[in-house]
Amino acid sequence: MENSRDPAAPLLEVRGISKSFGAVRALQEVDFTLRAGEIHALLGENGAGKSTLIKVVTGVFPRDAGVVRLGGEEVAPRSAKAALGAGIATVYQEVNLLPNLSVAQNLFLDRQPMRFGIVRDGEMRRRARALLADFGLDIDVAAPLGNYSVAIQHVTAIARAVDLSARVLILDEPTASLDRHEVEILFRIMRQLAGRGIGIVFVSHFLDQVYEISDRITVLRNGRLVGERETASLPRLELIRMMLGRELAETTSARASAGEHKPREVCASFENYGKTGYVTPFNLELRHGEVVGLAGLLGSGRTETARLVFGAERADRGQARVEGAAVRLHSPRDGVRHGFGYCPEERKTDGIVAELSVRENIVLALQAKRGLHRPLSRREQDEIARRYVRMLDIRPADPERSVGLLSGGNQQKVLLARWLATSPRLLVLDEPTRGIDVGAHAEIIRLIRELCDDGLSLLVISSELDEIVTYSDRVVVLRDRAHVEALAGEAIDVGNILAAIAADGAAPAHGAHA
Amino acid sequence: MRGLPPVLITAIVLVAGFALCAMQFPNIASTRVVGNLLTDNAFLGIVATGMTFVIISGGIDLSVGSVIGFTTVFVALAIERWGVPPLVAFVAILALSAAFGAAMGAVIHVFDLPPFIVTLAGMFLARGASFLLSTESVPITAPVYSTVSDFALRMPGGGRLTAVAIIMLVIVIGGALLLHLTRFGANVYALGGNRATASLMGVAVGKMTIKIYMLSSLLAGIAGIVFSFYTSAGYSLSAVGVELDTIAAVVIGGTLLTGGQGSVIGTFLGVLIQGLIQTYINFDGTLSSWWTKIATGVLLFAFIALQQGLVALARRPVAKSMGAAS
Ligand SMILES: Nc1ncnc2c1ncn2[C@@H]1O[C@H](COP(=O)(O)OP(=O)(O)OP(=O)(O)O)[C@@H](O)[C@H]1O
Ligand SMILES: [Mg+2]
Repeated sequence: MENSRDPAAPLLEVRGISKSFGAVRALQEVDFTLRAGEIHALLGENGAGKSTLIKVVTGVFPRDAGVVRLGGEEVAPRSAKAALGAGIATVYQEVNLLPNLSVAQNLFLDRQPMRFGIVRDGEMRRRARALLADFGLDIDVAAPLGNYSVAIQHVTAIARAVDLSARVLILDEPTASLDRHEVEILFRIMRQLAGRGIGIVFVSHFLDQVYEISDRITVLRNGRLVGERETASLPRLELIRMMLGRELAETTSARASAGEHKPREVCASFENYGKTGYVTPFNLELRHGEVVGLAGLLGSGRTETARLVFGAERADRGQARVEGAAVRLHSPRDGVRHGFGYCPEERKTDGIVAELSVRENIVLALQAKRGLHRPLSRREQDEIARRYVRMLDIRPADPERSVGLLSGGNQQKVLLARWLATSPRLLVLDEPTRGIDVGAHAEIIRLIRELCDDGLSLLVISSELDEIVTYSDRVVVLRDRAHVEALAGEAIDVGNILAAIAADGAAPAHGAHA
Repeated sequence: MRGLPPVLITAIVLVAGFALCAMQFPNIASTRVVGNLLTDNAFLGIVATGMTFVIISGGIDLSVGSVIGFTTVFVALAIERWGVPPLVAFVAILALSAAFGAAMGAVIHVFDLPPFIVTLAGMFLARGASFLLSTESVPITAPVYSTVSDFALRMPGGGRLTAVAIIMLVIVIGGALLLHLTRFGANVYALGGNRATASLMGVAVGKMTIKIYMLSSLLAGIAGIVFSFYTSAGYSLSAVGVELDTIAAVVIGGTLLTGGQGSVIGTFLGVLIQGLIQTYINFDGTLSSWWTKIATGVLLFAFIALQQGLVALARRPVAKSMGAAS
């Protein structure tokens, strides 16, 4: 590599970085060192300052103090473009691509192959296809990116950053919306890049992934550096203690309360419910006080099932019943009217109103449900907001803060709070723990069980099989947009779910597209 | 590709409208009328090309009408009163308008102000400045003007493709190429998709904003010169309200008012539709010319409704998920 005078010298050195947003001290004298060819995990709770550190280093936010050295030379990029020019490519936490442009345009924006000042469209598409093929993706690169799922958009963002072949690659929660297989592909590529001497910064809340891929770990807490360790010599419990600053309350890894089975009344039922070309008709019964888990690969029809159940998509056959009475679910409004709540997968991009405060975001759905002529008094709003901020440990615990200024994980908690506040009879959660730190993760699982004990009915989609096993009373397994298996009681374990997903010889192959 | 369906609809409306008009007044279907239509709307086609870039990038430029007005006055005074050679006057006014647009773009970017406000201020500024120069209509008698006005390519059927129409067509084609084939064009769409994201992806958002408003004002300057050819005069009240006709043409042409989608060709068709309505009213003779505005209003409404429908359709996650095992 060019002029690396001292091979042992770190590739990227961050020294004494501080950053405040008004009164919030997001970073205080943080040091961070990335060596060439290593994969370095940057960890910490929601709001610890990981994304802020990344944005300060790449010049998106101006820094208050500190220096950044790249290959021994001081750099001070003032924009993402400048950082890119200096050799730092970044996938920020928000999926940062443009849905109105084609996939190929997104991959090559501002660096299209040119001839005589003209973009070589054919060449660009060819390269885009080749690039995505490395990620096991075979899609129409001329179609607008917005036509594709969040997962594909995320893979595209990563592919773009990887292809920039910078000296430093920063990935802020790249795996939050990927499934196992895609994660494997990403890891393979990360290892290849590291092998070429590129330094990679990896942010994630999945500790398994951290242990699988990273060489070294840096932990932040409340905007301060806690320490840097070798992954191999850092026990997991020690890591969690570094992140949380305390022991994690006993994780409920054992199946909770499996014994006390109280067959309660049916809350909602769906008979032969489906939509042509969307989900094969299914039967589903959701009982009060019961968690039904939906398991399956990405694209197996989990989200589709959830959308049909909530009314976000209109079924073209079958009958839905709520508390035994036949109902029509033709729109999300219908769903809300019947007391359903739906926390979608794309909540990061779709659900929050960044300009509104935490309080306003939390009461939004409740207010909509009550109707405009019955406004919630300010006191009620404050009360509700305070309750959920405490319950979900939203930080900073200031209900008047704009949601847009919260860290990614805390924004998700606000969305969860919004639906909980409507006290629904049925709550549909699509990947509720994605992007949420270990501490809050356990909290949310505990919360799910508690809500259930209060008689709520829950339909939860998750790619974390361990997690599904922990809280589900029943698990429905999907494959190829059909419900293929239902597990209950003792039959619920990771092995059985995997077996059902991969049944009839169809290994969980991936990348082929219908 | 991008924005094609709305463009197709615009094209269909134009062809159907033309056919209807031609059924009632067969003379409309002649190169003579079409030639006149292009000449009469040349300045509109030119500004609308610039406005297309601005709107696709998620902005708006309300100053173009005033820039046209200022240009006509400046050019007339420079040639007739100050004795400047016409060509030098043209170069000077184009440089001036480009600088004016660049300044608006810079203000929008640096102070993070809404383009609506900044260009509204620009609109008053340019209009006020033209009144400062002269409140009267200044006729232009320079020989270039008659030469240019007389120049025309003969089309079969007796129609005349005038110099200003040719300038417009060249600009429309150039604009389309710039928007659809270059990196600059791709960045315009990127800005309209989401400014913050475009910036995170490494687009130089500030420079782009300056360039886009510069382009719009520069084209407004050219449109002003064309307008002065067309009227052979400079008048500070000329082209009042043209910014709104321009925005209407762009939207009827299928460009999304919120940015991110659209095309120059669509805008050109939108200009032709407005010209066609005007022509029809002229042929009819009994209708007030204000019917042009009413018809434009109705069309505008129809197109915006249509686009909202299309956007809503596109937002519906149809096959949004990734196909897993085949
Ligand atoms: N633009 C901003 N304005 C004000 N405060 C901000 C802004 N961005 C972040 N913060 C605050 O800075 C702190 C650190 O946030 P940051 O996004 O860096 O957390 P994070 O470690 O990335 O968390 P997560 O795991 O949830 O993504 C939080 O308290 C957040 O509220
Ligand atoms: Mg973050």
